[in-house]
Amino acid sequence: MMRQDHLITATQLSRADIETVLDQAAEIAADPQAWAESHFGSVLALCFFEPSTRTKMSFDTAMKRLGGTTTDMGTVESSSVKKGESLADTVRVIEGYADAIVLRHPSEGSAQMASEFVDVPVINAGDGAGQHPSQTLLDLYTIRENAGLDDLSIGIMGDLKYGRTVHSLADALTNFDIRQHFISPESLRLPRNVRYDLHEAGAQVREHTELDGVLPELDVLYVTRIQRERFPDESEYRKIAGEYQIDADLLSEAKENLTVMHPLPRVDEIAPDVDKTTHAKYFEQAHNGLPVRMALLDSLLGGDDK
Amino acid sequence: MSDRKLRVSKIRNGTVIDHVSGGQALNVLSILGIDGSEELGVSIVMNVPSAQLGKKDVVKVEDRELSQSEVDVLSLIAPEATINIIRDYDVTRKTRVEQPETVTGILSCPNPGCITNGNEPVETSFSIVADGVRCSYCGTIIRDSLADHIDAE
Repeated sequence: MMRQDHLITATQLSRADIETVLDQAAEIAADPQAWAESHFGSVLALCFFEPSTRTKMSFDTAMKRLGGTTTDMGTVESSSVKKGESLADTVRVIEGYADAIVLRHPSEGSAQMASEFVDVPVINAGDGAGQHPSQTLLDLYTIRENAGLDDLSIGIMGDLKYGRTVHSLADALTNFDIRQHFISPESLRLPRNVRYDLHEAGAQVREHTELDGVLPELDVLYVTRIQRERFPDESEYRKIAGEYQIDADLLSEAKENLTVMHPLPRVDEIAPDVDKTTHAKYFEQAHNGLPVRMALLDSLLGGDDK
Repeated sequence: MSDRKLRVSKIRNGTVIDHVSGGQALNVLSILGIDGSEELGVSIVMNVPSAQLGKKDVVKVEDRELSQSEVDVLSLIAPEATINIIRDYDVTRKTRVEQPETVTGILSCPNPGCITNGNEPVETSFSIVADGVRCSYCGTIIRDSLADHIDAE
């Protein structure tokens, strides 16, 4: 069970918390039907103030596969947020309709604040450039399935500054015996607060501006998208982004059993020819969101009491 | 307090905050939320010589005894400050500021994307970390020039 009632950041997760969820997710994946009635009547509120495909649909499906239902706030344009309602008021209202709230919001710290205004569990499904801890759980599940979770070298590449999946993953990996290599342009290095967490946790960290030198020693390569809006002009963006793309040819330099992951959506950073290689695990990774989020919901909704 | 160079007289009752880092007296008042509207007698001395600090400020607030929790937030900008509670011209209690675990509603978060800078009914909150403070909401760490982030009433 989680030590806390909400899932706000990956830093709150201990190794035991993570392993409990991942173990249960594996049980669910092996026999999903056994959980079909486990949360009959429970309602999960989906509050997405930003677009989402995978996270929203997998939480929606996860709740339904546990026998529950979901209620969707809809888009910001169609909700009372458009009339100027605060997030604090919005979640206080929605708390009355649901047993748990999944929240994605453009402001960093939004999930923490929301959790202070409600008594039902809040799951942070992305707070601006902050954290995305449920993604991290499915990332860890995928890593564990493919490479184990100890004595590994993991490369995390792309937009490390604004990438919330990166921040959560880096924090969570400090629970394991893992060497973390961060590969990014200088302007998109890890933010100060994540560096602080890694330093405090005594993590084994190295930073690189190029993938080439470190690729051969990696067991896992986690690629993220570099976004156009992070750069002042198109040509600068194209120049930089082009340096952090991988294709099948490049991966011939990697270990044979390298696992390539990506939180998706990808644009150009992983060439389609990688999809056919044994390295490509990003679609499997997205699919793992379902059993992992079922396990997470079961944990936060009090599965042990049922 | 018997320094012949002392520029203001003793107070009868209240609080004397001594050994404030030179130039921080106005920030001290700002953090304490004292702006004159309370009609308390307030005296400040700034940038006077100090053996300990080189230059120091002194803040005297008449007829108000500041509590330890009120003054502890001063540790952010005046870690050497001493607090003297005065009753009938005598120092009845002398303490130092102690670093609190969190500071609420005093500093503003420099991250424009932080929820505390949105239109939400929430006070800022910072935890004290190794060499600075950290926003309890977005995690932003402030190390330098804390006084620039003071957002007291």
